[in-house]
Amino acid sequence: MDEYFHSVRLIDSRCKGCVNCTKHCPTEAIRIRAGKAHIIESRCIDCGACIRHCSSHAKTAVTDSLADLARYAINIALPAPTLYAQFPLEFSIEAILGGLYTLGFDEVFEVARGAEVLSLPIKKYLNGKESKKPAISSACPAVVRLIQVEFPELIENLVPLAAPVEVAARLARSVYSKKYDLTADEVGVWFITPCPAKMTACKQPIGYGKSNITGAIAISQIYGDLLRNISQIKKEKTKNDHMASWVGIGWAVAGGETSHIPEAKKLVVHEISNVSSVLEQVAMGKLDEIDYIETLACAGGCIGGPLTIENRFVAESRMKERMERLKDNYQESKEDLFRDYDTDELSIIERRVIEAKPMMLLDKDICKAMDKVDLIEKTLGSLPGLDCGSCGSPNCRALAEDIAQGRASETDCLFRLRERVRDLAKEMISLAEKLPPPLDKEAEE
Amino acid sequence: MSGKQEIILEFTLKASCFDSAGEASSKVKRVLQQIGVRADIIRRIAISAYEAEMNVIIHSLGGIMRAVIYFDHAELLFEDQGPGIGDVKLAMQEGFSTASDSVRQMGFGAGMGLPNMARCADVFDIQSEVGIGTKIRMIIYY
Repeated sequence: MDEYFHSVRLIDSRCKGCVNCTKHCPTEAIRIRAGKAHIIESRCIDCGACIRHCSSHAKTAVTDSLADLARYAINIALPAPTLYAQFPLEFSIEAILGGLYTLGFDEVFEVARGAEVLSLPIKKYLNGKESKKPAISSACPAVVRLIQVEFPELIENLVPLAAPVEVAARLARSVYSKKYDLTADEVGVWFITPCPAKMTACKQPIGYGKSNITGAIAISQIYGDLLRNISQIKKEKTKNDHMASWVGIGWAVAGGETSHIPEAKKLVVHEISNVSSVLEQVAMGKLDEIDYIETLACAGGCIGGPLTIENRFVAESRMKERMERLKDNYQESKEDLFRDYDTDELSIIERRVIEAKPMMLLDKDICKAMDKVDLIEKTLGSLPGLDCGSCGSPNCRALAEDIAQGRASETDCLFRLRERVRDLAKEMISLAEKLPPPLDKEAEE
Repeated sequence: MSGKQEIILEFTLKASCFDSAGEASSKVKRVLQQIGVRADIIRRIAISAYEAEMNVIIHSLGGIMRAVIYFDHAELLFEDQGPGIGDVKLAMQEGFSTASDSVRQMGFGAGMGLPNMARCADVFDIQSEVGIGTKIRMIIYY
């Protein structure tokens, strides 16, 4: 596989070359070149901010489709709890899961169960000596990528455990390959995803060799079919005998992940620019007294994902109501969450090693990099500082950096170009006024 | 134009100006990232720069921050006007703080500033005179 896989792509024909996406990208990963947006792969964190802000709908997320199910003997759906928030409360979670069977899945395994299974190891890790305060949640892959590219110094603060969907996928693959007596390769494990970052995380896992997730299918892609089907099977019970509790499904909303550690000093931060500014404070050592930071790239948490249907405020209210209802009949102790799995299966909650992928580096040779810093500062001084983005870079500083890297020139700036044209015009006028000596009568006197 | 020996970044720090607080340290951090200084070293420089920057903003009547970045180390210099520190030894103790309640409510002034800087820096030098001001010089090697 290439070094970078990205779910977020550009539909060339739809792109008008406006600068909206460049302005909203949290890692300044987009440039407009030759009238089209170009995504710089090393910088893109697949957060989907550009998908949200493109009025031409030229940004999209590549996900798998239901047609891909044909390649496997048995297919398991792993619905993100966010899926439950897409439907009004009169559709029970059982009915929604039941609807997934009608789309061609043989089994359904809630991602929320993966989240529950993770709850205990996270707690253990936070209480252990090796965790570096403040510990930062690694559940949102867009945040993990943001840290890899922009805050490599905070990698040691990331909780080194797999994301809930990966835990769910490992459990589901193991449970159902046994049940159907198939090799693990014959089982298709499909994540029903609210966001492109999680699609990318299946194809290019961060911190473990190969993901147990076969692919990801966008919630928005199956929503229509699912809605039609569950309306008919509203009352039917799902085959699922073990349903996730409120603890697990709560991970879909901001604050859900940390609900199982009420005693910890925690921050819940959502929306990627908020996440960036809080991480900056962590980097400055300002938040050392905090135990845990739950960080989510989307406003409101996963329910605000770019591949969801329902507006996030409606989704949040539904999700919280569903949690309340589940809380009412929640009796089991948390240890019971593990009762269905043997030790082998639980050992899947292994540590992951997350590596830095810094993107700010200007040159491998530190002296050359220092020269470039100098050049950037000088160039920046000569740019208008309007951050208009017309040059195709998101702001004047980014253009100065692009110039230093040889990827742009000063005349890409409309204002600098105008200045140059004006200077040239002045020079032409003054040249035009000059006459050859035989004709220049004034010079004689 | 190669062979540039150092990058000098200078900032004016205004007393009690919290809306731009931390920006100078952020800029220094960004440059260090751009030239490829190791992440753990950047963290130490960023933390000590931020602590010192906040000290000037919270406690002094204003001053300057000067970061000189070399290819193998960085030097941070802070110089402020008044009120100065009466007992530097006492100020170097963890938990000692003269910050006002309003400043503490903003999450600053826990009295960890100076010891934190001293811990992060390879060379830590402080000179202070009551009524005149404080000078801090820190060096961190990559």
